[in-house]
Amino acid sequence: MSETMEKTETGEVTETGARFVNIGERTNVTGSARFKRLILEGDYETALDVARQQVESGAQIIDINMDEGMLDSKAAMVRFLNMIASEPDISKVPVMIDSSKWEIIEAGLKCVQGKSVVNSISLKEGEEPFLKQARLVRRYGAAVVVMAFDEEGQADTADRKFEICKRSYDLLVGTVGFAPEDIIFDPNIFAVATGIEEHNDYGRAFIEATRRIRTELPGAHVSGGLSNLSFSFRGNNSVREAIHAVFLFHAIKAGMDMAIVNAGALPVYEDIPEDLRERAEDVVLNRRDDATERLLEIAESFRGQAKAREADLTWREQDVSGRLSYALVHGITDFIDEDVEEARLSLGRPLDVIEGPLMSGMNVVGDLFGAGKMFLPQVVKSARVMKKAVAILLPYMEQEADGKARSNGKILMATVKGDVHDIGKNIVGVVLQCNNYEVIDLGVMVSSAKILETAKVEKVDAIGLSGLITPSLEEMSYVASEMKREGMSLPLLIGGATTSKVHTAVKIAPNYDGPVVYVTDASRAVGVTGNLFSASNSQNFAGEISNEYEKIRAHHARGNSGAKRLTLEEARENATQIDWGSYEPPKPSFLGTKTFDNYDLGELAERIDWKPFFQAWELHGRFPEILDDPKVGETARSLYDDGLRMLDQMISERWVRARAVVGFWPAASDKDDIILFTDESRTERRSVLHTLRQQRIHSRADRANLALSDFIAPLETGVADYIGGFVVTAGEEIDGRAKKLEAAHDDYDAILMKVIGDRLAEAFAERMHERVRTEFWGYAPGESLSNEQLIAEDYRGIRPAPGYPACPDHTEKPELFRLLDAQAATGVSLTESNAMWPASSVSGLYFSHPESRYFGLGRIGRDQVADYAARKGATVEEVERWLASNLDYDPKAAAA
Amino acid sequence: MNREDRIKAFETLLGERIFVMDGAMGTMVQGYNLDEAGYRGERLADHGSDLRGNNDILNLTRPEIVEEIHRAYFDAGSDIVETNTFSATTIAQADYAAEDLVYELNFEGARIARKAADAAEAAEPGRICFVAGALGPTNRTASISPDVNDPAFRNTNFDELAGAYKEAARGLIEGGADLLLVETIFDTLNAKAALFGIDELAEETGIRLPLMISGTITDLSGRTLSGQTPEAFWNSVRHAKPISVGLNCALGAHQLRGFLAELSRVAETCVSAYPNAGLPNAFGGYDETPEETAREIGAWARDGLVNIVGGCCGTTPDHIRAIAEAVKDVPPREIPKPPRRMRLSGLEPFEVPA
Repeated sequence: MSETMEKTETGEVTETGARFVNIGERTNVTGSARFKRLILEGDYETALDVARQQVESGAQIIDINMDEGMLDSKAAMVRFLNMIASEPDISKVPVMIDSSKWEIIEAGLKCVQGKSVVNSISLKEGEEPFLKQARLVRRYGAAVVVMAFDEEGQADTADRKFEICKRSYDLLVGTVGFAPEDIIFDPNIFAVATGIEEHNDYGRAFIEATRRIRTELPGAHVSGGLSNLSFSFRGNNSVREAIHAVFLFHAIKAGMDMAIVNAGALPVYEDIPEDLRERAEDVVLNRRDDATERLLEIAESFRGQAKAREADLTWREQDVSGRLSYALVHGITDFIDEDVEEARLSLGRPLDVIEGPLMSGMNVVGDLFGAGKMFLPQVVKSARVMKKAVAILLPYMEQEADGKARSNGKILMATVKGDVHDIGKNIVGVVLQCNNYEVIDLGVMVSSAKILETAKVEKVDAIGLSGLITPSLEEMSYVASEMKREGMSLPLLIGGATTSKVHTAVKIAPNYDGPVVYVTDASRAVGVTGNLFSASNSQNFAGEISNEYEKIRAHHARGNSGAKRLTLEEARENATQIDWGSYEPPKPSFLGTKTFDNYDLGELAERIDWKPFFQAWELHGRFPEILDDPKVGETARSLYDDGLRMLDQMISERWVRARAVVGFWPAASDKDDIILFTDESRTERRSVLHTLRQQRIHSRADRANLALSDFIAPLETGVADYIGGFVVTAGEEIDGRAKKLEAAHDDYDAILMKVIGDRLAEAFAERMHERVRTEFWGYAPGESLSNEQLIAEDYRGIRPAPGYPACPDHTEKPELFRLLDAQAATGVSLTESNAMWPASSVSGLYFSHPESRYFGLGRIGRDQVADYAARKGATVEEVERWLASNLDYDPKAAAA
Repeated sequence: MNREDRIKAFETLLGERIFVMDGAMGTMVQGYNLDEAGYRGERLADHGSDLRGNNDILNLTRPEIVEEIHRAYFDAGSDIVETNTFSATTIAQADYAAEDLVYELNFEGARIARKAADAAEAAEPGRICFVAGALGPTNRTASISPDVNDPAFRNTNFDELAGAYKEAARGLIEGGADLLLVETIFDTLNAKAALFGIDELAEETGIRLPLMISGTITDLSGRTLSGQTPEAFWNSVRHAKPISVGLNCALGAHQLRGFLAELSRVAETCVSAYPNAGLPNAFGGYDETPEETAREIGAWARDGLVNIVGGCCGTTPDHIRAIAEAVKDVPPREIPKPPRRMRLSGLEPFEVPA
């Protein structure tokens, strides 16, 4: 515990910002042959892809250099920067305007609206031009890279490097008035291990100069271009990467905080084989005279081994159909290009490849899945292979007139308006596609009009609706009624976490005349569609479902009228009894809000609750026991490995931006409401939160009828109590990344990433709650719980979320967001159904009283609905709509 | 009191209370129902191009109207009025073939506003009234292509903009403005050109007025038209060391709040905001009442988000009166001292700890 306590300061607002900055080097005509060719040929569109790729692989700044003799470099710089300006996924990051000619730099500075970095100026031509350029850089509002270069030439020893940087620093800060933090020194990285003795110390000299710059020139940064360093090993990428990684490891320790690198291609220091690492280190640090020879001795044995992996490839000896089938069943995409091409050439028509070996391979997958011998994660991996194979064939098929594969049916899928959750829907979509259904996925937050219009234009055979939050249930009923209004008769499939067979039967089916079917999970989807689309069986199947739902409706109606409930007044009399006179509520360490940005993800990763991760993939069981489960263990282990790999990647490439806001306010309860005050004087009301009270008749007389307001000291007691609130998120980047993966036919990784994003957000909520208990509210400073105990909620205090069982009203969320100024603090916004966007977000309230606990509201009566509506200033109809799932009466019948 | 003393007083008073700017100029001019002849006045009766709608031209043709509007705002409680020079650059005046009049438009704009300010000061001894020389966005953008088929095309450039702004700023300073206000920034590159021109001018003349900068978040995406977030925008302009940075136009106070809070959190200088009177209605008019606007702005003030407030499109002297009342006794936002960082930006902010 003490270890995590020490880390708690990381991640707060004061600690944001990048600790090491990757500057993308590929948009540089002197460094990238491909980029140079594209620019020389005038293919700026493709050149933009190079920039985009850099940003996607994690470059936080992109370096742009057009210094090429064959080129009008100034015009090229202006044109490329202007084009970047209309590409938000590139221009979101700052640019580094890189040229040895001031004229080109200045032209570049006139094209960028952001604050950019000039690369570079130096004392090469003396002080006068240096000062002139520095003043202009400041006037244009840019940061600057200064080379360790003076009238004498480029510095090569540590002393010279430092001296030139110090002289430059004094001129910039003292004479020009440049902000020290906007100065980046590049103390020259030269090639080592060249065989020339005086070059041996170049690596060490850079590192030493870096150390002195960072200690003696406060505020300034250190950067450098790595590609020169290993120049003598060109052609041997394993050794080059090892040298770079070793060099960075030591230079970063000395204070280097930026580098121009091929973002995404750097190995990790620890991953370099030990003997290679040691010999590379000897070279970089100039530790022994024979360092170069010793590295050369082993260099050859590493050539070309960078990405080699051991694998059993005996399956490659089968014929092409066998290989495709194997690849599909095992989810291997490595050879798909060549295998598909071979099959196309031997079979002649691309369609024959799909309907032949690919379909038969997928049939094997379908059979194994149906027989319970394959599990969902494997099926989704198989789908990835299938999609990639089809994508390869598609261009050929478009050339053929009848190039349309036969499918089992066309299904439109959508997450309804106001809802952003789509993991389950995407899984169902993939499974259907594996079974040769054509799926049109409209994504999330799709309006009824769009669904209906697409269904008509595309002539689909069925519509599948998904949603996770309760207001989505209402939206699904609405879509059903719209389908009826349009005179449709095609089947409507309903799925998602809050949906149920009862809800589908009672609330949705009566609005529509066609078949309406609730689909429990992905593994059932194919059975349902198979029956619905079967020529011989569809009537029967629809009839059976219809009868079953009729029975459910009848049963539901009886159940409703039978249940007796307390009146609201009676329920209030049976509220939780707390002796407030003998209780002193703890006081939070601060009032108002506290914001966190770029929270330490390592701290969150170790708190992940993995059980729901496996549930999302329809693997049910306890964690970690599930990894050794005789039936699904192997799948679970493989999925877990992939999950950890994805988690690592998401963290190291900064796809997750953990942001949070936590707040505390003086509070008091007033019956079922909670009043929040502006300050400790408790005179001015800042806000009112409304809670709902159980009206069920408990079988045991000592059970109270709970409302969340019970856990806050009542106004009339005069006891000074508090309430807290929070919003946490894993950031919006995840959705963007997932879209790109989907576009690349990689649903497996897309779903994996979203599921892990959800887990990180939950872990974040858990972590913040822990810090609230031990630190911010601080009522349990000595709390020491294992991760298992945390997951089991073995602690004092609760963090219920609006929209969940204890307070199912989603409309309490906007007030919580307003109190926390949550959108500005975390970037999380609310949809019209009050779902949080990005989806990997969690919000809630904090209660500290030892008696506070989670509960389910259950059904409530019309008296409470009317009372609640009056308190909130809402109409009864609005409340009934938002709380539709919690009403113990039929509002239509009650209104009649 | 001369300009130097006023500037000193301005800087001191900013630490003590929330300043109130004026409201819309265009909305007020509409009330005069001027026709083409009304705009031309005697001075430009023979001008070769239509002038109706060119509000800035009134500085030359109908100065009494402009002065009356300024006076109405001072009467309502404005501490600062903006000169009637929103479009007085060679680029924006090209539409009216009035490029040659640009220096005079700015000079007169500042002079008229200062005249109204002097009158207000004389009427109420002890009161100090300020004139902010307004530099609008122009009708062209340096970082957005007007041609969908050629994203690299631009119909203006940095040098042209910097030159135009420099000329306008010279007129404003020589006409008597106390402050300069680069406002309604849709495209940060335009604003950077303005800041460049203003800095050059200051170096040449030795006169450096306090600088206010105000960007525009165009819709609920929370970004400028050119795509920057509020924090990225701030990182792009903070090198000009403005006395205030803020947001105005496009949104009403209610919609602006979140974006203002974002800016207020990061800006280590005063924060200004002057929203529209709500969102436009179906006829392009504004319906928000003075009370509604003032309620929201009063809440901003109490929550410590602002140092300078006012109104933009659709706001009137009544709005300003209500706003002034709402922020009267509220202490100004404290200026945060963020840690030293290299703060860069593209469309989004990016920072590196020092």
